[in-house]
Amino acid sequence: MAEAQKMEVSDEIAISIRKMNKWYGSFHVLRDIDLTVNRGERIVICGPSGSGKSTLIRCINALEEHQKGTIEVDGITLSSDIKNVDKIRREVGMCFQHFNLFPHLSILENCTLAPIWVRKTPKKEAEEIAMHFLEKVKIPEQADKYPGQLSGGQQQRVAIARSLCMRPRIMLFDEPTSALDPEMIAEVLDTMIELAEEGMTMLCVTHEMGFARKVANRVIFMDQGQIVEQNEPEEFFNNPKSERTQLFLSQILGH
Amino acid sequence: MSDTHAQSVAFVRETSLPPVPPPASQAGAVKWMRENLFSNWVNAVLTIGSLYIIAMIVVKSAPWFMNGMWDTPSLAACREILQGKTGACFSVLTERWNQLLFGFKYPSTEYWRPGLAFLLLFIAAAPVMFFKLPRKLLIFTAIYPFLAFWLIWGGTIWTPLIAAFGFVVGYLVYARFMKQSFAAGFFGGIAAAFLTWWLGGMVGEAIAPQETLLEAVNSRDMGGFMLNMLLGVTCVSLSLPLGIVLALGRQSNLPLIKGICVVFIEFIRGVPLITLLFVANVVLAYFLPPGTTFDLILRVIIMITMFSSAYIAEVIRGGLAALPKGQYEAADSLGLDYPQAMRLIILPQALKISIPGIVNIAVGLFKDTTLVSVISMFDLVGMIRGPILASTEWNGVYWELFLFAALLFFIVCYGISQYSQWLERQLATGHR
Repeated sequence: MAEAQKMEVSDEIAISIRKMNKWYGSFHVLRDIDLTVNRGERIVICGPSGSGKSTLIRCINALEEHQKGTIEVDGITLSSDIKNVDKIRREVGMCFQHFNLFPHLSILENCTLAPIWVRKTPKKEAEEIAMHFLEKVKIPEQADKYPGQLSGGQQQRVAIARSLCMRPRIMLFDEPTSALDPEMIAEVLDTMIELAEEGMTMLCVTHEMGFARKVANRVIFMDQGQIVEQNEPEEFFNNPKSERTQLFLSQILGH
Repeated sequence: MSDTHAQSVAFVRETSLPPVPPPASQAGAVKWMRENLFSNWVNAVLTIGSLYIIAMIVVKSAPWFMNGMWDTPSLAACREILQGKTGACFSVLTERWNQLLFGFKYPSTEYWRPGLAFLLLFIAAAPVMFFKLPRKLLIFTAIYPFLAFWLIWGGTIWTPLIAAFGFVVGYLVYARFMKQSFAAGFFGGIAAAFLTWWLGGMVGEAIAPQETLLEAVNSRDMGGFMLNMLLGVTCVSLSLPLGIVLALGRQSNLPLIKGICVVFIEFIRGVPLITLLFVANVVLAYFLPPGTTFDLILRVIIMITMFSSAYIAEVIRGGLAALPKGQYEAADSLGLDYPQAMRLIILPQALKISIPGIVNIAVGLFKDTTLVSVISMFDLVGMIRGPILASTEWNGVYWELFLFAALLFFIVCYGISQYSQWLERQLATGHR
């Protein structure tokens, strides 16, 4: 779409996944995944439940272990070496379906925790950064409250701000809106669109097709642990090639 | 609708009604009693029945308390004065007060030492219990164990100093090597501490003066409620960190560490505390090289600590299991390493959930310290059952003594329970 084309995609490679395979026991969840993401790309991953889309992005920051193939993030190859894993996690932010804010810490503490302890940022500076990003997600006035006192949409926006405080170069979104009421979905999507417009490299697992059309420069459809189809959004939605994709789209867009 | 406005359907209030008190039957004590005590005839009967029983207990026991004697030299003297009337003989408490608190062998001129240690305990515990107090007070908390040891046991000051020095050396080695590898720092620290104690032990013996500032008191001479407090406070404060380590170890991905923790916990939980105490008292001596003196109180502390840490570990494991997996993932995804994730995210929440269970065990542990009377240590119960009841003056004074013991334990345990409830309210931050 028009807006999507405005946003630049560089030639620099942010993530490169080659022949990656993963099993849960003997169950083959991800099969021969090949995916290259350039810096500044905004990728939406969709597919039926159980297709491995969440597992795929969770492999990128090593929340899940892959058994075969390679994943390279920012030039660092993911291995079992814990130092490499921590290095990658510092550069890759993640938002979860259930927000996973720390309920025993205030909103501000949620945002400053990782910068202070991982980046060794002085407390004062970390708080300034946190307030900057809380303003960006439009809830600076909630800084002293606890997560339990906020609505779902607000919590998810705090979760986004919390990740941004680490100044990540890549953001992963694991169904960020599927636990939210319709009214709150809009406020979270707005935040994500804003982020995309600033050129953040994003991988989003989501069923928000409006969002995909608006900001994604590539849509990936997965089924049974494999990438079935990937294309630019326009082409993907108007002219799906595979039968499986056509069926899926007719089901989710049919209502 | 009132008459004045009967002609119109639309209604506008012109005069405000003044508030009036509710009818007498609907307010105050009458209403409360109606609702809570006499809501139906079954409740009414139960209320009257309970009131009758309470009244009977008070009426029957009141003379026993009111006629109580406080300053007779023996039970026989009490009976003589009472001449068949019911009445307690509380004089045993006043006459044997020091024995009940400090045991019968602790030198009576030195009672101020455990007393002072007891008072300082409150200052040392305060910054741990109340987070709002200045953190600098924790320095005193760190010094306190060594200070209290010196006060209670007396003897050369080098012993606690060398012990403290060992911890400092261990910590410095840990801090030095931890950056390279956690394991190296951890085991290096422990090795350095033990090396310091071993060397310090030899040096300490050489430089120890014959005359010490505080007269040395033997562990065998500790007794009374002091011994219960000593064991209770030490074992609770040691078993909490040990329990946390065991709980985390049981969750570990490393099979060896996990195996050791599981075996330890399951074994200790499957054995009665009494058995462990007998092991500490008698059996352990067979395993030690002949001639080694290994302090009895230290042996008992080790056994009780192991016992309660196994239970605390299981309670904390429950707290850890109650945390959603997302908390671990969120901590991981932010790049926190394992110690940081545990300390900042997981444990604060898991411990908060575990507070009622931990307090339950702490209270139980404190009361279980009376079991040492079985291995012939003269704690409060040991004193009562042994030297006091066996004496000719006080043979037969059961109620007064055991009520007193119950009262002392109740005060401490109720205090712990109240504190934990306050703490839970403090830590409540809404629902997750």
